[in-house]
Amino acid sequence: MSEPIYVTDQLIADDIDAYLDTHQHKTMLRFITCGSVDDGKSTLIGRLLYDSKMIFEDQLDALHADSKKVGTQGQEIDFALLVDGLAAEREQGITIDVAYRFFNTEKRKFIVADCPGHEQYTRNMVTGASTADLAVILIDARKGVLVQTRRHSYLCHLIGIRNLVLAVNKMDLVDYDQATFDAIVADYAEFAKSIGIESFTALPISGFKGDNITALSANTPWYSGPTLVEHLETVEVNSARDAEKPFRLPVQWVNRPNLDFRGFAGLIASGSVKPGDEVRVLPSGKTSTVTRIVTMPSGPAGASATGGDGDLPEAVAGQSVTLCFADEIDCSRGNVIALADQPPQVADQFEATLVWLNDEALIPGRAYWLKLATQTVSATVQPPKYAINVNTLEHVAAKTLDLNAIGVAEVTTDKPLVFEPYGENRTLGGFVLIDKLTNATVAAGMLHFSLRRAQNVHWQALDISREAHAALKNQKPAVLWFTGLSGAGKSTIANLVEKKLHRMNRHTFLLDGDNVRHGLNKDLGFTEADRIENIRRVGEVAKLMADAGLIVITAFISPFRAEREMVRAMLPEGEFVEVFIDTPLADAEARDVKGLYKKARSGQLKNFTGIDSPYEAPINPEIRVDTTAMTPKEAAELIVARLLGDD
Amino acid sequence: MATAHTPLTHLQRLEAEAIHIIREVVAEAERPVMLYSVGKDSAVMLHLARKAFYPAPPPFPLLHVDTTWKFQDMYALRDRMAKESGMDLLVYQNPEAAERGINPFDHGALHTDMWKTEGLKQALDKYGFDAAFGGARRDEEKSRAKERIFSFRTASHGWDPKNQRPELWNLYNARKNKGESIRVFPISNWTELDVWQYIHLNDIPIVPLYFAAKRPTVERDGLLLMVDDDRFPLKPGEVPTLRSIRFRTLGCYPLTGAVESEAKTLPEVIQETLLTTTSERQGRAIDKDAGGAGMEVKKQQGYF
Repeated sequence: MSEPIYVTDQLIADDIDAYLDTHQHKTMLRFITCGSVDDGKSTLIGRLLYDSKMIFEDQLDALHADSKKVGTQGQEIDFALLVDGLAAEREQGITIDVAYRFFNTEKRKFIVADCPGHEQYTRNMVTGASTADLAVILIDARKGVLVQTRRHSYLCHLIGIRNLVLAVNKMDLVDYDQATFDAIVADYAEFAKSIGIESFTALPISGFKGDNITALSANTPWYSGPTLVEHLETVEVNSARDAEKPFRLPVQWVNRPNLDFRGFAGLIASGSVKPGDEVRVLPSGKTSTVTRIVTMPSGPAGASATGGDGDLPEAVAGQSVTLCFADEIDCSRGNVIALADQPPQVADQFEATLVWLNDEALIPGRAYWLKLATQTVSATVQPPKYAINVNTLEHVAAKTLDLNAIGVAEVTTDKPLVFEPYGENRTLGGFVLIDKLTNATVAAGMLHFSLRRAQNVHWQALDISREAHAALKNQKPAVLWFTGLSGAGKSTIANLVEKKLHRMNRHTFLLDGDNVRHGLNKDLGFTEADRIENIRRVGEVAKLMADAGLIVITAFISPFRAEREMVRAMLPEGEFVEVFIDTPLADAEARDVKGLYKKARSGQLKNFTGIDSPYEAPINPEIRVDTTAMTPKEAAELIVARLLGDD
Repeated sequence: MATAHTPLTHLQRLEAEAIHIIREVVAEAERPVMLYSVGKDSAVMLHLARKAFYPAPPPFPLLHVDTTWKFQDMYALRDRMAKESGMDLLVYQNPEAAERGINPFDHGALHTDMWKTEGLKQALDKYGFDAAFGGARRDEEKSRAKERIFSFRTASHGWDPKNQRPELWNLYNARKNKGESIRVFPISNWTELDVWQYIHLNDIPIVPLYFAAKRPTVERDGLLLMVDDDRFPLKPGEVPTLRSIRFRTLGCYPLTGAVESEAKTLPEVIQETLLTTTSERQGRAIDKDAGGAGMEVKKQQGYF
């Protein structure tokens, strides 16, 4: 057994104050361990905890008992049992979720994310890697570089981990043979170079026996160091690097307890700030000067954990602070405070790498929530330019991204985002996508750059405003959005509504589903993606017409709630009027004016709404028409009355 | 370009992370609340919340799910800290448990289930809180090591460990459907030593029971219990003995084992903690139910 060199019991016993002083000034390194199923990750972590005396006697007793009961190491201690937490995993003997572990040495505190090696859990590995300063890639010395090794290395590199450790494990099982180690390192080096990994540190270890973990092993006289722990204690952490970049603070919260105090609270993403610095608030571009960096005074003088009492003379990346400005300028949650002469970019179209994390695949064109730092906007993703086969690292054509797939695609947001390329700033370049209906986190993304389109196509300010257009027509623009099953009567009722409005001297236009597909949308079919694009285009056209002051009437099945909400979001509040033509499927099918249900039932027509493609009924439509309770004429009267009632 | 900065210490990073988490919840949740159990972890969490919103008081109330069996010193500190922080204090006691006279001496596991697990669910439902801060740490227990910082609960407060949302960078997805709620653990990444040292450096008030003093005790089932009030049913002939004891964790006094100790100052307590050979939760009866998976099962049922 190796010596527990790091927790110095003697110092704790003799001079606790000296020990506390040392501990207080320790830095923190977060790292992940990855490898395939039997590479010994849990054993290595168990060993690190054991050697740093993070295991107590009662836990050790339980470990001894468990090792005999379900252990895989005969009568010896199975360290893996220390870290395999959930009951389900202990039965299967595998790690199924990211687990976080903690240990200390004399120089540092460590947080280890234990990441599972199975392909289906790529999402867990990406999760663990996203907060890591360093990755330990485990290789079984008997097996060498495997497909999983390449995959994990690629993912770590993708997430931007610069410190990679290649831990060639189970050296005891190859008789500590140097040639075996060298061959594996050479093999890995070639691969690493091919994907742009600039450097890595290779070590021969045995997690099970403890070789080269805390002390150099007599079994590997040909290896001169460092040990794994020495290396972990000395590599540079991300937050140190971030402190030297330009200042950025995403605003989390505006603190306004009374009229005399207005502070902007957030975690500094990069750089440093001092009172007197001129800062710029993005996206507005307004500037002011920092007057105070406020934190709460606490503790004995000079001993506060944040190194200051109350106001700070300077704050750096990684600190949570509250800033006060000299001027009353607009600044709210989602804004980014930056150094005035080095602001980040603002754009609404990007190229990004996406890692898909959900069972439900990406639907190109669908609106998702995109959260980046403290900004939340609505965003759509184009069909991927390509996906990446994580085993061969080849670019492959893809129409969508499934669970654990990685691809590159264009992302468009409905409002401009303050951002930086992920390679320069993790906080302002990393984002998640959230499904608007289930609220699940469906993807992680990394922005590469903004697309020229967004940078160079500026919005042209026009002198005749939409209000002026509407005023000349003496009406309030609106989009009456009819939705319902095929054959429900949308076109019939929409036509009656338009005739009625026309007679009342209203300026209207009817966009009909079938008609639009003869022109504007004749390139689109009926797949889910095409139906979404169909609605997006119609939404944009309807919006332009509403800008021109018209009352627009649309008649489309528009089966998906998310797309109807997307159109609603394009328009000013109150102008989108959802009209649900509610007909039971049986009634619509019995009517079958165009003979489409018959074709769908016989399998001649695919993706037909209500038959083999879902219809998501509106939850709170502005107007609901029950076609079993009124005639089309009555329905049209109801709709017109509701619409003009608002005038 | 500025000169190189001294890297932040681990405590500075942990503090900043916790404050960031607390602010995110307040910005995105409709009705947040802080679960306040009066222990050392709660003390740190409350301090961090005050620091996050200074000079304003934290914009949410404190909730104490009371079992009526806490130590007297805990009730005293609870009321003092609520006053000092300027926050509203809500105290909730499960009326059904009160009516049935559920107590730790006669009802064993049912006591925890009714007063704590059920009481917590009832309180969250009663006030309609959609986000609740808790002071749990990942180093405490194996199933907690795998729990997210933002941990989702179904409308019936269940936890599904296999279906947790991925948590990337420091981006937290706080969106939820009606009826669902989030438990948020701002000090997930702190260890017991970190908590002690932070209390020490910031002079945070804690319950005096953490420090050694002569207290009346009896020994039951290998646990050293303190006779905190006259509800403690002494066995015939049993006489409480004065021993110099302190507590590593605090819960219901009849369920919380003390350790014999002479540690009267924080550095001495930390010293003892570091040199000890048993883990912190060892004094708690609760983890030992249901075999090795005790806490995981409790969490699925809605325990914090």
